[in-house]
Amino acid sequence: MNAPYFDIRNFSMEIEGLKILSEINVKIPENQITVIIGPSGCGKSTLLNSMNRVIDLTDGIHITGEILLKNKNIFDPTVDVTELRRKVGMISQTPNPLPMSIFDNVAYGLKIHGIKDRSRVSSSVKQCLNTVGLWNEVRDRLDAPASTLSLGQQQRLCIARALAVEPEALLCDETTSALDPISAHHIESELLSLKNKYTIVFVTHILRQAKRLADYVVFIYLGEVVEAGPAVTFFTSPKDPRTKAYLEGVFG
Amino acid sequence: MNKKDFEEQFFKVLMCVSVLIVLGGILSIVFTVFIRGISAISLPMLLETPHGGYYLGQGGGILNAIVGSLLLAGGAIIISFLLSLPVAMYLHLSTKRSRHTEYIRTSLDIASGIPTIVYGAVVFTIMMVIGARSSLFWGMITVALFILPIMIRSIDEIMIHVPKKIIIAAFTLGSTRTEMLLVVLRQSLPGILTALLLAFGRGIGDAASILFTTGYTDSLPTSIFEPVATLPLAILFQINSPYLVVQQRAYAAGLILLVIVLLVSLLSRFLSQKFMKYVVK
Repeated sequence: MNAPYFDIRNFSMEIEGLKILSEINVKIPENQITVIIGPSGCGKSTLLNSMNRVIDLTDGIHITGEILLKNKNIFDPTVDVTELRRKVGMISQTPNPLPMSIFDNVAYGLKIHGIKDRSRVSSSVKQCLNTVGLWNEVRDRLDAPASTLSLGQQQRLCIARALAVEPEALLCDETTSALDPISAHHIESELLSLKNKYTIVFVTHILRQAKRLADYVVFIYLGEVVEAGPAVTFFTSPKDPRTKAYLEGVFG
Repeated sequence: MNKKDFEEQFFKVLMCVSVLIVLGGILSIVFTVFIRGISAISLPMLLETPHGGYYLGQGGGILNAIVGSLLLAGGAIIISFLLSLPVAMYLHLSTKRSRHTEYIRTSLDIASGIPTIVYGAVVFTIMMVIGARSSLFWGMITVALFILPIMIRSIDEIMIHVPKKIIIAAFTLGSTRTEMLLVVLRQSLPGILTALLLAFGRGIGDAASILFTTGYTDSLPTSIFEPVATLPLAILFQINSPYLVVQQRAYAAGLILLVIVLLVSLLSRFLSQKFMKYVVK
């Protein structure tokens, strides 16, 4: 593996005294899709939310260990959290458009990061909407409220919005689970086309989806990394008996 | 009828009775004000200041009180809003629970239960100390003070109900806390307008707090540091009159007050609908 994008070392987390993650050691490769799988409640979303420190918004967290982003611990007090979150974008489980127009949703990130030039903002909005295949659907109603879009379109808008701030990585938390199969398929193919430019971390509990997307797989169970490795070897010859059992559908 | 159907019917009847009691109460007040006041409503009533002997039944109107009340409530709302918004935003600066914001909330809840006359008395005491006389300015300060806790808590409650996913969306794009709060405000705008309206209704209708602080005059306001007439006090002074025609004018003033609140309510609904467009549900 080349130098990893994220290097998670001995990372443990307690939330209000309850151990959620324990001693996570995993390397997330750059410009690939890493899929984190595991049954519901195993801590995969918590791990994802730690990678851009959205977890900071949760009450009563206690963290030990570190998450290195290109060799710099993101929990270091000198880290600028807003810059970290610009670099590491996130797409939630359900679409979460901002209370603004379609255009402003994509332009918002640019504006808060100091890009005020109108023509630059416009062309960037157009380009990002194009990337997610939404431009032709919304070009005539850019001023319409984002909430008037269908759920699938809203989710693609959220991806466009995340891309607008020129991130290096995208964290996707079961990003397709609230969508119909056709919209989900759209999003999956967009992610596959983006993976050469972005480091993508995708959390899911759907094995078939993991197989479709993953270059690298991390299997978490009860807050621990059971097994991690390239998708090909992970799915064909898992080493740990728990991974085998999970892949065979014994639990999930 | 089985037990479930009986329960369903019973509570339905109970709800309808409550609605009838509340609606009946409000309608009877509006009806009384309307019936007793409508005959005294005339163009001069709305467009003229009191002539000599007005309070004995002579000609003139209460334009002074209408203008005074609008200025007083309008000014108080502006002052109060300018103070409330930053306080409400401060309460949401941290997304985590904290003890001191809960202390602030509790204090505000207590403050909104204090009778308005106490606010009037406090401001009046300050005025005595510094030697100020009653005026529109001190009236605005008094009204602004007593609607402040209500307004802060209303805006606060509206912001509490902003979906967390919007806050997370703003943060994940790299917003600072202030930038996140501006997004929260956008989502809250329709609700904030309603909070302003409620505060306006309370502000314009209160008599006790402005009795000593604002004073009363028969002329139109010329300066913020002069006393002004207000509708609640116009009602108070006229309703005690032994003359029937003056009493009717008190009801007419009440009717005008109701219409002002109605108009402001319609305006805020209209604006609310406009801002509602972008709100995420």
